Amino acid sequence: MDTNIFDAIVIGAGPAGLTAGMYLARAKARTLILNDGTAGGQMVLTHEIANYPGVESISGYQLATIMRNQAKHFGCTIRTNVKITELDLDGEMKSVEVNGKDRYGARTIILAPGGRSRTLGVPGEDRLKGKGISYCATCDGDFFQDKDIIVVGGGNSALEEAVSLTKYARSVTIVHQFDHFQAFPHAIEEAQANPKIRFVMESRIAEFIGDEALERVRIEHIPTQQLTETPIDGVFVFIGYMPNTESLRGKVALTDSGEIVVSSLLETNVPGVFAAGDATTKRFRQITTAVADGTVSALAAMEYLRTAAAPDARTVIAAQEEMVV
Amino acid sequence: MLQTNLKHITTEQEFRDTLKNNEQVMVCCGRMGPMCIPVYGVMEELEGEYGNVAFRDMEFDGPIGHLIRTLPECSSFRGLPFTVYFKNGKVVKATSSIQTRDQVTGILDQHFSVKQHGHKHL
Ligand SMILES: Cc1cc2nc3c(=O)[nH]c(=O)nc-3n(C[C@H](O)[C@H](O)[C@H](O)COP(=O)(O)OP(=O)(O)OC[C@H]3O[C@@H](n4cnc5c(N)ncnc54)[C@H](O)[C@@H]3O)c2cc1C
Repeated sequence: MDTNIFDAIVIGAGPAGLTAGMYLARAKARTLILNDGTAGGQMVLTHEIANYPGVESISGYQLATIMRNQAKHFGCTIRTNVKITELDLDGEMKSVEVNGKDRYGARTIILAPGGRSRTLGVPGEDRLKGKGISYCATCDGDFFQDKDIIVVGGGNSALEEAVSLTKYARSVTIVHQFDHFQAFPHAIEEAQANPKIRFVMESRIAEFIGDEALERVRIEHIPTQQLTETPIDGVFVFIGYMPNTESLRGKVALTDSGEIVVSSLLETNVPGVFAAGDATTKRFRQITTAVADGTVSALAAMEYLRTAAAPDARTVIAAQEEMVV
Repeated sequence: MLQTNLKHITTEQEFRDTLKNNEQVMVCCGRMGPMCIPVYGVMEELEGEYGNVAFRDMEFDGPIGHLIRTLPECSSFRGLPFTVYFKNGKVVKATSSIQTRDQVTGILDQHFSVKQHGHKHL
């Protein structure tokens, strides 16, 4: 297997990873960005971004395209829609295997894998996604004109999207696992004041049922474990986000909830490995904070490249002999 | 107009010509939204790899969106985008909502006779 050597590899092409790439490439580090989906990360989930300084209003897709082009323009190599099949962070020379065949090496790695929507993980969910189950109200709300739908969740997104879905739906039932909401008071009040919304508390969806499309859901009342089956046209799931760090467990220190533990310079517990963006231990997750993390992690990684002990010459020479870039 | 690098189908005539002139066609009918953009992105990448498949997009809310929306194969769909795979003008597969690259290539490999151009590296 051939190994392509870079100075730095960035995992994730959301705002954190693309910014890190820009700073690294501008500092003349040969930089590879690897991303398992479309470049832009969660930015492309956002129809309108109105809080990115310097730009009054822009779609997430446009902002992602600009950031990607900037990173490319400064010299980053970007590979999207790839799967990382092996990651070795130990030693001076780190290595990443992609799609089970291409191998890349670098002395420093920046982890910027961000996060994704949680799914319920109950029977029927995968099969009926797009056939009654949705994770995006703006995308799919209009398929449910005058229909009865359920919104799952009890945070700000769930309550705000439930209210917005009343524009289309005949009725919206909010199913939430606790007896109280975790949303801001104004979001709770707005939902409670809406005559089309009703609440089923301390309950969870246990199963989605339907042949071609969603027809019914089985709902469990958690304290009594009592199951009821309800006919329903659609279910929208808004139960929060989780970090994309499952594959990093055992490789870098993570918190119990899977966030990457970092220092103020965004170093992980592994020398030469930095982390940036939503996947790290931090309080506020925004594009601006991801971009700031991308900057800090890249500058810290450059400092590491300049000052850390020279790599084991044999490793680098052996790797470079195999290099095919 | 969708802001993608794919060829857009915008008229009924273009739709018919695309199906007539290409044995294997994948059409993604959507909007510029979070479930659709990743599918366009996958198609843009696959254009360089699957030489004998015509990759096209179409506006879901445009004047000819109904050509996809009303296909019997899409009758149970309630999630954007609607992605339809045609072989010799006939629907061989249709999917609703976001799809990963692996899901799309799985369908192409199963339903189409694909000639891979080799991977577009770096
Ligand atoms: C619906 C929605 C609306 C939002 N609106 C706003 C807003 O208006 N303003 C604002 O400031 N913020 C907003 N945010 C938050 C903002 O989008 C995030 O804070 C920001 O995108 C985080 O950036 P990131 O680079 O850390 O991660 P992400 O944007 O999640 O990007 C991570 C990237 O890494 C990739 N990846 C993950 N795992 C791997 C792997 N193993 N290998 C390779 N690649 C991998 C992912 O595919 C993804 O492309 C919104 C978020 C959502 C979901």
